[in-house]
Amino acid sequence: MDILYNIFIDPFVQMGNAPDFLLQVLWSGFVGGTLYSLIALGFVLIFKASGVFNFAQGIMVVFAALTLVGLYNLGLPAWLALIATIGVMALLAIGVERVVLRKLVNQPDIILFMATIGLTYFLIGLGESIFGGEPKKMITEELGLPSGSTSFEPFGGLVIIEHLDVAAVVMAIVLVTGLAIFFNKTRIGRALRAVADDHQAALSVGISLNQIWAIVWFAAGIVALATGIMWGAKSDVSFALQIVALKALPVLIIGGFTSIPGAIIGGLIIGFGEKLFEIYWGSLLGSGVEGWFAYVIALIFLLFRPQGLFGEKIIERI
Amino acid sequence: MKKLLMTGVALATLAGAALTTAQMAQAEDSLYVPSLSYRTGPFASGGVPIANGYADYLNMLNERDGGIGGVKVVVEECETGYNAQKGVECYESTKGKGALVYNPYSTGITLQLIPKAPVDKIPVLSMGYGLSAVAVGEKFPWTFNYPTSYWGQMTAILKHIDANGGLKGKKIGYIYLDAGYGTEPIPLLDKLATDMGFTVAKFPVGVKEMQNQGSQWLNVRKERPDWMIMWGWGAMNATAVKEAAKIKFPLDKFIGNWWAGSHADMRAVGEEGKGYTAANFSGVGKDFPAVQDVIKYVVDAGKSQIDNKDHVGDVLYNRGLFNAVIVAEAIKVAQEKTGKKVITGEDMRMGLENFDLSEARLKELGLEGFGAPIKGSCADHEGGGAVYLMQWDGSDWKKLTDPIVPMQDIVRPLLEQAADDYLKDKPNWETQKCS
Repeated sequence: MDILYNIFIDPFVQMGNAPDFLLQVLWSGFVGGTLYSLIALGFVLIFKASGVFNFAQGIMVVFAALTLVGLYNLGLPAWLALIATIGVMALLAIGVERVVLRKLVNQPDIILFMATIGLTYFLIGLGESIFGGEPKKMITEELGLPSGSTSFEPFGGLVIIEHLDVAAVVMAIVLVTGLAIFFNKTRIGRALRAVADDHQAALSVGISLNQIWAIVWFAAGIVALATGIMWGAKSDVSFALQIVALKALPVLIIGGFTSIPGAIIGGLIIGFGEKLFEIYWGSLLGSGVEGWFAYVIALIFLLFRPQGLFGEKIIERI
Repeated sequence: MKKLLMTGVALATLAGAALTTAQMAQAEDSLYVPSLSYRTGPFASGGVPIANGYADYLNMLNERDGGIGGVKVVVEECETGYNAQKGVECYESTKGKGALVYNPYSTGITLQLIPKAPVDKIPVLSMGYGLSAVAVGEKFPWTFNYPTSYWGQMTAILKHIDANGGLKGKKIGYIYLDAGYGTEPIPLLDKLATDMGFTVAKFPVGVKEMQNQGSQWLNVRKERPDWMIMWGWGAMNATAVKEAAKIKFPLDKFIGNWWAGSHADMRAVGEEGKGYTAANFSGVGKDFPAVQDVIKYVVDAGKSQIDNKDHVGDVLYNRGLFNAVIVAEAIKVAQEKTGKKVITGEDMRMGLENFDLSEARLKELGLEGFGAPIKGSCADHEGGGAVYLMQWDGSDWKKLTDPIVPMQDIVRPLLEQAADDYLKDKPNWETQKCS
């Protein structure tokens, strides 16, 4: 009987007794979810263009953030370091297209996936040899990102809103909206969808596969930079950041690998879900449920809707 | 074809023989000390300074004194990435070169090496980490954890809390890396909570969540502990301090263990982390003659891997250096007692049980006040060292307390019980008798 009470009654009693804390949890879930969406977006862009899960997206986050901090530490002003980092990500995109992807046109997806694993280890080695293994401080203030917090006292309690979190949410919304418009309303967006459907067919109608891939990898690089700045500001910039990117996998399973709105909704489901579950039900399972909760949700989706909420249902003839 | 094959086999045999001869020659005229380091991966922030401090001190002895007892020390690094499997691979690939001692710098790797040490006759020195129970020298002749175990450290932190408002009736929050390292002191904490009348709220942080601790700190806010203790490592530390500041937890009531208080972590936090406190057992800074010698003979001479001279004297750099001091002292004692210049792993084990890093000896080494005195012994493999607390002032660590001696009267019986439990299913385990 106790167990039923602890599962079905007590969490809601807690929510009712401390509504300010519930608001804090929901805000935290919203911020977390937005950041997950941002990470997932990088994966979606590349998956849409090449049908491959880009294993290197996590290390691209680290590489972009380290480049930014490294250039700033070399003496460049923050704004110039930011522009130069965007340039580096553009060069990386062109390099990946020229050296890796161009040779693999029309190869099975698994070959492209393996290539991204190879790229991951290359970037880890390159990053470590250039920047070293020590964590770096993100240049939050220098980039003009806000610090500090604002406290509210709803229901006689306390809710703390970090200004940096607000900036993260705004940045994510602007990026997601911008990219959604770019890829849905422009010729490049339509070309991208054609490339995703069939490389050879896209080539036959005159779409430059090389150009599309370079553009998409560059866009994923920009997303990686934004992700690196926001996550780096929350902790530090180190190679451990690449692990955070793994959280995108359940987001993609829920939202669908090819859908930008799916990445947003999936991220928010995970963000809200894991915070609420950890805080109100986590103690029943010994805490630390956040580490696996997202994957359980993803597994449930795989059972009932394997293509995700907004993914394309693929029917193949056998 | 057959001729080609035969030639290949002959060349390979010759190359193998040449390598073996070279290794034997190396073992015969040098002191081979492998360093299981991790300069890559998510924990490199701690691994890099430790490996630098360790290698630089031993190389300083080579440059300044011609080695130890006139024999050069060879430090060979093997990259583990803080991964237990890679750590064992490093161990297996280096043990045949005449390795004198292993310092795994990972509790996970240490746990793998503990059963191997008596078989290969090479001691393991897990300085301030690893399995706490190895402090019982009778049961673990080949493993050491000078200057104190995790359990000793935990009691020292609790003593500080007790002296600053009392423990009875208080709620202590324990946030930890959810791995062998972080779970290690939990049995002691649970036992002491019952005995001393406080409660414990635990907040595990998975390796994948190190930089994503929002939920843990929301739970901290919900549980409202009076004090927080952290067993963190790598990127977890900076994130935890930032999250604690975010929920306005008083940072002077947030105490990290000695792996959760480094310059590398806190530089990334800066002013925001002001007041955060951490344990330590080795000196901080460059104002020690021995550290100055390291700068003079190794760093300035371009023989160090350190990329920023200002980081000499950092907490973890000096921790690695202190580890090297203990190794060097044990080698010296082993040389004196055996009369041999080039010693073996067995001699090294004896050295580790007989060195005496007294205050006078520390002063002689140019490390006066660097750490509490440590005396090796057969029965006590943690040496009865002390812990002090330091506090982050926004830009550097400052000493907060005098050395705090752990609650040995409480810890020792628990360590002996834990040692017995470890050996319960190991009937052929080699123990020793200490008079």
